[in-house]
Amino acid sequence: MIDPDGLVDAARQAFAAAADPAELERVKARFLGKAGVVTEALKSLANLPLEERKRAGAAINRAKAHIETLLEDARESLARRRLEAQLAAQALDVTLPGRNGGVGGLHPVTRTLERVEALFRSMGFSSVDGPEIETDWHNFTALNTPADHPARSMHDTFYLQGRDDVVLRTHTSPVQIRAMLEHTARHRDAVPMPDLRVIVPGRVYRVDSDATHSPMFHQLEGLWVGKDVAFAHLKGVIASFLRAFFETEALAVRFRPSFFPFTEPSAEIDVRFTSGALEGRWLEIAGCGMVHPQVLRNGGFDPESVRGFAFGMGLDRLTMLRYGINDLRLFFESDLRFLAQFR
Amino acid sequence: MKFPERWLREFCDPPLSAEELGERLTMAGLELEALEPAAPPFSGVVTARILSAEPHPNADKLRVCHVDVGGEAPLQIVCGAPNARAGIVVPCALVGAQLPGGLAIKRAKLRGVESQGMLCSARELGLSEDHSGLVELDPDLPSGQDIRQVLELDEAVFDVSLTPNRADCLSILGIAREVAALTEAPLRAPQPAPVVATLDAVRPLHLAAPEACPRYLGRVIRGVDAKRSTPEWMRRRLERSGVRAIHLLVDITNYVMLELGQPLHAFDEAKLQGGITVRWAKQGETLTLLNEQRVALAPDVLVIADEGGPVAMAGIMGGADSGITLDTADVFLESAFFAPSAVAGRARRYGFVSEASHRFERGVDPELPRRALERATALVLELAGGSAGPINEAVVPEHLPRRDPIRLRSEKVPAVLGIPLVPERIFALLRRDFIDVQQEGEMIVARAPSWRFDLVIEEDLIEEVARLHGYDEIPALTPLAPMAPLPAPEGERTNAEVRARLVLRDYHEVITYAFIDEALERELLANAAPILLANPIARNMNAMRSSLWPGLLQALQTNRKRQQARVRLFELGRCFLREDSADAAVPGFAQPLRLAALAAGPVVSEQWGIPSRPVDFYDLKGDLEALLAPLSPCFEPASHPALHPGRSARVLLEGRAIGWIGELHPEWVQRLELGTAPQLFELELDAVRHRPVPHYLPVSRQPVVQRDLAFVVDAHVPAQALLDALQGESPAWVRQITLFDVYQGPGVEPGKRSLAFRLTLQHDEHTLTDEEIEALLQRLCARIETQFAARLRQQ
Repeated sequence: MIDPDGLVDAARQAFAAAADPAELERVKARFLGKAGVVTEALKSLANLPLEERKRAGAAINRAKAHIETLLEDARESLARRRLEAQLAAQALDVTLPGRNGGVGGLHPVTRTLERVEALFRSMGFSSVDGPEIETDWHNFTALNTPADHPARSMHDTFYLQGRDDVVLRTHTSPVQIRAMLEHTARHRDAVPMPDLRVIVPGRVYRVDSDATHSPMFHQLEGLWVGKDVAFAHLKGVIASFLRAFFETEALAVRFRPSFFPFTEPSAEIDVRFTSGALEGRWLEIAGCGMVHPQVLRNGGFDPESVRGFAFGMGLDRLTMLRYGINDLRLFFESDLRFLAQFR
Repeated sequence: MKFPERWLREFCDPPLSAEELGERLTMAGLELEALEPAAPPFSGVVTARILSAEPHPNADKLRVCHVDVGGEAPLQIVCGAPNARAGIVVPCALVGAQLPGGLAIKRAKLRGVESQGMLCSARELGLSEDHSGLVELDPDLPSGQDIRQVLELDEAVFDVSLTPNRADCLSILGIAREVAALTEAPLRAPQPAPVVATLDAVRPLHLAAPEACPRYLGRVIRGVDAKRSTPEWMRRRLERSGVRAIHLLVDITNYVMLELGQPLHAFDEAKLQGGITVRWAKQGETLTLLNEQRVALAPDVLVIADEGGPVAMAGIMGGADSGITLDTADVFLESAFFAPSAVAGRARRYGFVSEASHRFERGVDPELPRRALERATALVLELAGGSAGPINEAVVPEHLPRRDPIRLRSEKVPAVLGIPLVPERIFALLRRDFIDVQQEGEMIVARAPSWRFDLVIEEDLIEEVARLHGYDEIPALTPLAPMAPLPAPEGERTNAEVRARLVLRDYHEVITYAFIDEALERELLANAAPILLANPIARNMNAMRSSLWPGLLQALQTNRKRQQARVRLFELGRCFLREDSADAAVPGFAQPLRLAALAAGPVVSEQWGIPSRPVDFYDLKGDLEALLAPLSPCFEPASHPALHPGRSARVLLEGRAIGWIGELHPEWVQRLELGTAPQLFELELDAVRHRPVPHYLPVSRQPVVQRDLAFVVDAHVPAQALLDALQGESPAWVRQITLFDVYQGPGVEPGKRSLAFRLTLQHDEHTLTDEEIEALLQRLCARIETQFAARLRQQ
């Protein structure tokens, strides 16, 4: 009498011992082939009584089904092992550096510029631009600084040969005039006229050169003209901008009276870090004020119906404070060892 | 404005320390630049009279002095100063004294002679750099006085930076007024009694330009002794105010100017001829100034003239010939008001500024001349002797500056500042500021004092209110504004997006100066008419750039000097061109924003996975194409003075020339000592920023077919020409034509090359038939073969 369970065990062992698919198929024939032990076992039942034959037949058929399942498992397992071996052979040294992974970087002042633009944009200020060779009128006269005004000596101005009506702009403030004229012309018939809210980042020029002065540097001008604009709002906008820019609440901001021909009242803005690496004394960071009524007039506004505030700050200085840079000249030397630190 | 503390406190003395006072001034807009002690700390130094000075027995240069320091017996002190002599009073550091720099004075023997202290020079006490001899003090001083008290060395020296609108603070009186307004401490400015004339000498005055000089006061003083020395207290105050003591009469005029703010001028009366006229200069007149500068006077320069011609530039500087000297016996003192517009800018035009011009061009109190003249006269008589004539005044009142009433709406103050301020408070603040205020209904009518030239409109008064109220008292408010989106045009890249594209392709951004060497403009860029600066900061920074390349090339040079082999840079900035166009922001100039890039050295940084090779034209071209994608520019062979003639192209986008690309000309590689040639491009930024907004087209479900065609053509035929011809001949269902192989070598005859194109074909509507495809290929081949004398290359 054949023991079906013994058959199954024997098949399991034989399948597991097969090292490759060909051997497995040979082993399979031993069990399930035409002359295999299962077939032989079924044949051997022919002489048994009917009842017994039925019972033994069913047991052998269950064993056969079981062996077929074992065979499938064995085939899969072999295939999987083969794949695993193949994959192991294909393994890379994943610690080798990636190919051509170079990436450049923005100039640190541009980094600042982009952050500043984003912060002011979030407050509804759009960014505008203006010419760097500027008319004397836009740069000075329209900003209440006529020829021979003592305030002109505050700006060491570059002039061009053969054209005494133009200068290299000494500040971004002339773009205030351009922006106001453009705005008041475009909205001439609008009632009420929409507010003008702009910032003007840009390069400016003064005849000056040492560790803290460059003949070319960057300013950020801001201007808001509207019906209800007040000095207290100027303080609010500047203070919240500076805290957002430096990402700290540990920043004291103070406004102290000053003079600019194009604002009245005018103020200088000082900041003092109350903790961190920059903690210490007051640092001058910007000039600002309420736009002078004559300047509003020069920009096409009626100073009786609107007011404005304006501010100007040094983008280079913001950048130096932000990244701990101590020499302004580094910005313009194009030294990759410096630039590569800003990625 | 620099001044010593005690001088100020004589005029106004609030109960504040020097530091607190400095802080108050800063927060009122008079920024404290420095607050320093008049002298560094030291102790144990007293006044000492030298009783005798005998030669030292063992040293030629030393003397043995006996000095009286107020004690019972004189001290014996060995001293090497050349001016040590009997009779003078000098500072003496006693045994136990601590001098600046940590020097402690001990009893000592100098070359065998006992010395019981040290007589001091100014440098030894830290008073100045003078080490030429002992400090000679007032010979009338008693001995044994603490030198710190005698010389007021414990006071502070303020240095306050004044904005151009606050000329009224260019004096002790002015600062004192400001302090009084800020602190409400009383102002104790002396009002000198008029000096009674004891002479009747008068010099006639004529105001020929009353709009420029509406008030002129003169006084003759005879018989002065100009050789007398300036008293110690006056010298000290002048020096602590940053003014060099010169000689007595000049020192007195400077002293009064510092004290009251009125520039004065003293003429040598004997050198003036006849009456004084204040007038505009005449063409051709010249004058030698006190600073020895000889100037040709322009007709817009105001002069003081006598009958012989100009003797001074009014309000700026006196003439050398009529100036006072140590021999002057008779003086003509001038105290006048000159209008700011008559003085402004003139001194600077002649290349200098003076204390007088600095004040007059900003505005000097027109009511001050008489008071200042009286003060100066009194000091002259007291210190230099002599007798004074009467004051002669010429005045044209209608030309004096007017202080028109300024109408201030009291509700405007809180509106502008953003804080509630009641009219009573506004009133009180303005009054403290010496402003005359009256209430007229809702209106405050204010009249500024004569010394305030900066208070003209309502806003000026609002600033005064804010200043005295305190900027710190104004809160920082978050403004409310309507929420509306800002435009964000999708068809335009932002500058940030443009930069990001290049950064991701391994370029570093640089910022270079907009002014470059004129030689580069002329030679590298062939610009025959560069835009030149009138006052460049350096000779090689004198021309406005018409291209960003010179800056990038200089940046390459810099980095090459620092052993950087691989350099990839870009700059986004303005260039400057002469151009007459109606819509120019500034007539005569075009100032386009451009984007330029430079690549030099190995194409990739040294690495294991890619063999190293130098960057070439096509690398940079690939970067440029990626920058402009999805738009594809055309490249047209063309020569540029800076570029290798065979490796340069004009870049065209949608038919418009938008820039250049190429390899630097070998001559320039050599001249700039660059070693290997950099690749460069420069594009108009507006073209780079332009990008089409995508518009969806249905994706075709028909199968895609690919066919390759390779042509052998003359090697000089540009690939673009073939591409253009193929595209021109293709129906819309030719989706893409890609040049995928360029070959020269075996199988292709010399002087020719093979260009292989892959065509991607797909029809929107139906599956392409072999016949359709075959017909297309034949048409394309025919076109190329006839147009370019090409032959189809057999695969």
